[in-house]
Amino acid sequence: MAEEVKLFGTWASPFSRRIEVALKLKGVQFEYIEENLSNKSPALLEYNPVHKKIPVLVHNGKPVAESLVILEYIDETWKHNPILPTDPYEKAIARFWAKYIDDKLWPAATKVLVSKGEEQKGVTEEIQEQLKTLESELKGKKFFGGESLGFVDIAANIIVFLLVAQEALGLMEILTEEQFPVLHEWYQRLVDDAVFKECVPPRERHLGFFKVRFGSSTASK
Amino acid sequence: MGDEIILLDFWPSMFGMRVRLALAEKGLKYEYKEEDLRNKSPLLLEMNPVHKQIPVLIHNGKPICESLIIVQYIDEVWHDKSPLLPSDPYQRAQARFWADYVDKKLYGLGRKVWSTKGEEQETAKKEFIECLKLLEGELGEKPYFGGEKIGFVDVALVTFSCWFYAYESCGNFSIEAECPKLIAWTKRCKEKESVSSSLEDPHKVHGFVMGMRKRFGIE
Repeated sequence: MAEEVKLFGTWASPFSRRIEVALKLKGVQFEYIEENLSNKSPALLEYNPVHKKIPVLVHNGKPVAESLVILEYIDETWKHNPILPTDPYEKAIARFWAKYIDDKLWPAATKVLVSKGEEQKGVTEEIQEQLKTLESELKGKKFFGGESLGFVDIAANIIVFLLVAQEALGLMEILTEEQFPVLHEWYQRLVDDAVFKECVPPRERHLGFFKVRFGSSTASK
Repeated sequence: MGDEIILLDFWPSMFGMRVRLALAEKGLKYEYKEEDLRNKSPLLLEMNPVHKQIPVLIHNGKPICESLIIVQYIDEVWHDKSPLLPSDPYQRAQARFWADYVDKKLYGLGRKVWSTKGEEQETAKKEFIECLKLLEGELGEKPYFGGEKIGFVDVALVTFSCWFYAYESCGNFSIEAECPKLIAWTKRCKEKESVSSSLEDPHKVHGFVMGMRKRFGIE
């Protein structure tokens, strides 16, 4: 039976892009469907009635939702080029850091784009603390996943989006080499990775997206 | 040398109870350490420096944090007995999705039900019941979310049931009236020794919540 893999996503969503990275790392052919979030397709609403969100992976007609759940599904279904470790303890650590990124870094990143003045300063400091925490987890490895991209590296694609957003809005650069020598180096490796860089939104369009979406609501630094 | 398992926990935590339940399902012996969350132990701060929260499982000296991550870890290490996650990747994804749903929705809404008043509380109650109804729908006619036996989603959700009395009392409503099938499921789960020994007494939880309300100055 031929395999049918569909990904419902949006070009600017880091969560959607995570799934593209995983599918490409595994060499899985898929059909990509771009959703318009202000006019969601009947298919999306049928495949994710609970949250009505992207990304949704549909494999031979069966839907999987929530990006980290989808990543684990992909890893368990297409077993070559694994993105999670096999050791249960190492796996638990990877899940912990991916959850940290989604529970802490993502909300802070979205908040920094809409806050102003003192509040923005406070959130920026919070993000710097979080990046420091993440940096200490790298522990001399090339990637969080070791020699190659893994679960946490893919989840950390949020950092790419944060940096593009900051540039678009003229905010202070957050991931400087001076403050985060180790993380900065990891970041360069991440965005240079052959598969990862295919799954990043086109730069000019992405900058434009943030300017339009958040431009008027930020104060200058 | 046997396994050394320590659980850092706080007795009313429905998240800590999930770990107790998983350990009980696997028939594992462990040392339970009660934490005073207003005076956290050096061990807790060392084992969970990032969040400084319970539960933390310490297995042969190595810490695992976040209740659903701990439950999966337990399931993977002691995979021979009472598996909590199915072996099929699609079924596993569905189980993870629903456990994630419980995490995203129930705690926050439940907290609002016991700690707010007036319109905010009414809205929280309504949404809370909607979530339980959705979960009830997902259960369907199965005896457990895991099918014929309790599974990952059952573990994720059943520990909230000992908080239901506190929610109902604070919010002045009946969960059983709205979600009878779900309450029937909680009773079915509690027939199992592993579940009944891991859940706290709802009246004791209610007393704890009343104490919290007093501390926060909620009338």
